[in-house]
Amino acid sequence: MDCQECQQRPATLHFSQVINGNKKEIHLCEKCAQEKGYMSQYNESFSLHNLLSGLFNFDSYQLTESQNSNAYTATQKVQCEKCGLTYNEFTRIGKFGCAHCYEAFGEKLNPIFRRVHSGNTIHDGKVPKRMGGNLHVRKQLEKERQHLQQLINEEAFEEAAQVRDRIRSLEQQLHSEQGDGDQ
Amino acid sequence: MSLEQFMNEAISPWMQEEGPDSDIVLSSRIRLARNFDQVAFPILANQNDLERILDFFQQAYHEQSFRSYKDFELIRVQELQSIEKRVLVEKHLVSPHLVNNSNHGAALISRNEQVSIMVNEEDHIRIQLYVPGFQLEHALEQAFELDDWLEEKINFAFDEKRGYLTSCPTNVGTGMRASVMMHLPGLTLTKEMNRLIPAINQLGLVVRGIYGEGSEALGNIFQISNQITLGKSEKDIVEDLISVVQQLIEQERHARGKIMEQSPVALEDKIFRSYGILANSRIMESKEAAKCLSDVRLGIDLRYIEHLSRSILNELMVLTQPGFLQQYANKKLSPEERDVKRASLIRERLHLANNI
Repeated sequence: MDCQECQQRPATLHFSQVINGNKKEIHLCEKCAQEKGYMSQYNESFSLHNLLSGLFNFDSYQLTESQNSNAYTATQKVQCEKCGLTYNEFTRIGKFGCAHCYEAFGEKLNPIFRRVHSGNTIHDGKVPKRMGGNLHVRKQLEKERQHLQQLINEEAFEEAAQVRDRIRSLEQQLHSEQGDGDQ
Repeated sequence: MSLEQFMNEAISPWMQEEGPDSDIVLSSRIRLARNFDQVAFPILANQNDLERILDFFQQAYHEQSFRSYKDFELIRVQELQSIEKRVLVEKHLVSPHLVNNSNHGAALISRNEQVSIMVNEEDHIRIQLYVPGFQLEHALEQAFELDDWLEEKINFAFDEKRGYLTSCPTNVGTGMRASVMMHLPGLTLTKEMNRLIPAINQLGLVVRGIYGEGSEALGNIFQISNQITLGKSEKDIVEDLISVVQQLIEQERHARGKIMEQSPVALEDKIFRSYGILANSRIMESKEAAKCLSDVRLGIDLRYIEHLSRSILNELMVLTQPGFLQQYANKKLSPEERDVKRASLIRERLHLANNI
């Protein structure tokens, strides 16, 4: 089959494009596909990447709208002091420059994380051992306390009593570990 | 090089074993993204930093062993020929991103090729672990052990609130991507896959073709993985994935049963027709090869074909990719030459199997 664009080289890329439910078969040679922008260097993360910048841009949108008032944009620049990446650059490339960016951009990241991770903004998984054994316990304690409050609100007192006991034993655990640390 | 010799080197040792549900699930994988604390991510790091990380890996882990993973070897991208790079990608030992974008990239690969730790990819460290068949929980355990092993010597970038910090916000938190490769010819044939994919997406999971995002499911092979990495524990993420995969396995078995019941002759015809094409063609495009291999694999699963083992199909799926064909030929091949080589390699391999 020949490439539908140049009609000269053989088509080596075959794919379907669906726009508003209309499916279109596309057959191109590598060269034409590249020219038409169907291929990118970052084969692997091409579509996701584009999608991401789309997701992030809602914030920079507001910036461009308000660019008329210069005073506002001048104070708006958020930048990571360690690697120099600005928040605007971050929304454009969709990647952080270093670990410190997370702290530098702070709460501005919550809406992004919420979109990408189904509403979640806080980690709930493995923790490096060097963070100290009690981070696990502290995290669990926090969760149990929230759970307890919820149960009390629901007036599920029997279950709440069980949760309360678990909280006590966690607190004891935390206490004794801290004690160990002091020795 | 003889075909047998070439095959032995081409197929990762772990792939030769059969795992649970391996009629449908080819392999399970866990990937963990990690970064060094105090070093900019590869996208912004300077060359010195990246070289320092490579040197550290060379000294700390090259030729080391950990548990059953023996003799890790650090392979630097810079030292690879273009065909070698392609072969590593086709074996899924490294990502296209690693070999295309990083002169300072490397991979620390265990001898059985079950573990590949990519260095200076999008993140400083990407731990990848494969197991045959459907055994995600086992893979997760192993990946955690490897993670702990690296952690003995490395301070990972970690934040109490956000978890493991990664270059891309889609990986933050656990840094984990769990995935399975599934062969789903039944659900594709009955067109049920079209209905299932959106449903799976709604559960926070991603379905793609074997060659990554946006690619068509060549050879009816689908990769299912988690999308969310933040706010759920690794165990919960894996359990969610497992329950969806279990349902897919059941549905696939059901679909196969239905096809066998409703149109047994047409199915048998399809399988043997494809076998005929594989055994006799002189020119074979990769797409056709993938389709025929899928049909024959189904034929083996359903016992229409009894003299072939499933592992031969796994092998051929890997061997007939462009990089491998060129390595076998020991030179660069044009697409047309590859199609000829592909056809002859498949014929030879099937011939070999018939003579055993």
